[in-house]
Amino acid sequence: MKNPGYEETLPGGAMWSMRIPRGFEIRVTALGSGANVSALFYHSENPLDRLNLPDTLKALHTAKLMRGHVLMSDMGLAMVSITEDSLGWHDALGGHSTAEHIRQAFGEQTYQTARNDFFRNARDNFLIELTKHGLGLRDIVANGNFFSKVVADDAGRLGYVPGHCPAGATITLRTEIPVLAVFANCPHPMQPSGDYPRVPVRVRISKGSPPGSDDFCRNFRPECGRAMELAERQNF
Amino acid sequence: MSTLNYQESSRSRDSAITSRVIPAGEGWLHRVEAGQTLRIVDLEGNQAADTFFFHADDLSERYSAQDTIREQGGIYLTTGTRLLSNLCRTMLEITADTCGRHDTLGGACAAESNMVRYSLDKRFMHNCRDTFLLEIARSGLPLTKRDLAHNINFFMNVPVTAEGGLKFDDGVSEPGKYVEMEARMNVVCLISNCPQLNNPCNAYDPTPIEVLIWESSVTR
Repeated sequence: MKNPGYEETLPGGAMWSMRIPRGFEIRVTALGSGANVSALFYHSENPLDRLNLPDTLKALHTAKLMRGHVLMSDMGLAMVSITEDSLGWHDALGGHSTAEHIRQAFGEQTYQTARNDFFRNARDNFLIELTKHGLGLRDIVANGNFFSKVVADDAGRLGYVPGHCPAGATITLRTEIPVLAVFANCPHPMQPSGDYPRVPVRVRISKGSPPGSDDFCRNFRPECGRAMELAERQNF
Repeated sequence: MSTLNYQESSRSRDSAITSRVIPAGEGWLHRVEAGQTLRIVDLEGNQAADTFFFHADDLSERYSAQDTIREQGGIYLTTGTRLLSNLCRTMLEITADTCGRHDTLGGACAAESNMVRYSLDKRFMHNCRDTFLLEIARSGLPLTKRDLAHNINFFMNVPVTAEGGLKFDDGVSEPGKYVEMEARMNVVCLISNCPQLNNPCNAYDPTPIEVLIWESSVTR
C-alpha cells in the first residue's frame, strides 16, 4: 500500500517537532496571510551537529533564505535544501520571539484567562519541543523565519517588511540528512503591535526523489554542491 | 559606504591590569568581571578577532547575535551597542571603537565550513573552531561544542545589500584600531585570533591582536 504521507495543520501559536529521515520533502503552506514559522534543525543522530545559520549565510553570500539554498550544519553537512519557495525571501536575521516580545507587541493573555488561546512565544515553544528530545536552552541557536522578510539598509539598520506573506505561500525543504525539525508557529519578534496573529500553517511530509547531478540546489552555488557531497559521503 | 562611527577611549594602557598579545591562530579564554573594560587591538590591521561571551555565573547564558542585532535595530556593532545574551540581557556595552563597525553575521571558520566554502581539500587547515574547542577543553569549565553558537567578528566588515545579499567587503580596520567594551555582568571571554588563509579579507596574512583589561572606573 502506498504511504499517503504525513500531514498536520499547526494552529497559530503552535509548536511542532519531528524526526524526519533523509530524502523526504517537508512542504509548509501558510493557510492565511502574515504567517511566520521560526525553525531550527538538528542532525537526528547527533544533535550536537545543528543548523549553522552564520556558516550557511557566509557560504551562500546571502542574508535571506530562498529556493536553491542549502541550509548547512556546524559540521559542513547539507541538512535541508529549499527546493521550492513562492516568496523568494525568508528571514535569517531576526531570531525568534520571547514572552517579552509578545507582551510588548500584543499584550498579555494567560492560560488562566484565555485557556488555549493564550499568547504563546517561540522561545518557550522551542524549549518545550527541544526538551522532549533531551535538548534545551544551550541547543537553541540562530533560527530561520519562514514567510517573513527583514531587510537592512545602507547604514545596517534593520526593517521588518509587513504584508510579505499572502495566504497560500509555500516553502518546500528536502532533507539531505536525517533531521530533527523544530517549528514554532509564532509571531516574528519584529512584527508590529496589534492583534496577536493566529495564522495556521500546514506541514506535509512525503518521500522525495534523490537529488541528481543536475539538481537545482546542488548547482545553485559550488558551496551547495560541496555541502551536499559531504552529506552524501556519510550515507553508508 | 555609510558613515562609520568612531569613538576614542581616554584609557591609558599603563593603567591596564592585564595585557596580552595573541598571535594569529591562537586563542584566549579569560574572565572579565562586571565593571571591567576589555579592549581588543588590531595590531597590524584587518585581522579578525572571533569572539564569544558567556555569563560566568551561568554558562548557558551566552552572547546571541540575532538578539543583539534585532534589539538594537542594526547589523553593525559599534560604540553604544549593547552585546546581548540569549536571554536578551546586556552582557557588555561597547564604549569606544576606532574601527567604526564590526560584524556578527559571518560566524567563525571551521574545518568543515572551510571545505564547503573553498574546497574539500581544506579540511586539515587550522581554523577558529579548533582554537575554540581546544580553549574550552583546557579551561576546566563545563563548556562543550554545544555552547559554541554565534560569535562576533571584531574588525570584519560584512554589509547586507538591499537585495538581501551578504558582502565580504574590504576591511575598514587599520593597524592600531581598537574596540573597547565594559562588562555589565561577569563574563567569560573566548577569542580565536583567526588563522584563515583562504580569504582576501585579511590579505591572506593573519596577524597578532592584543587584549587589555582595565579595572572598573567607577569609584566605590
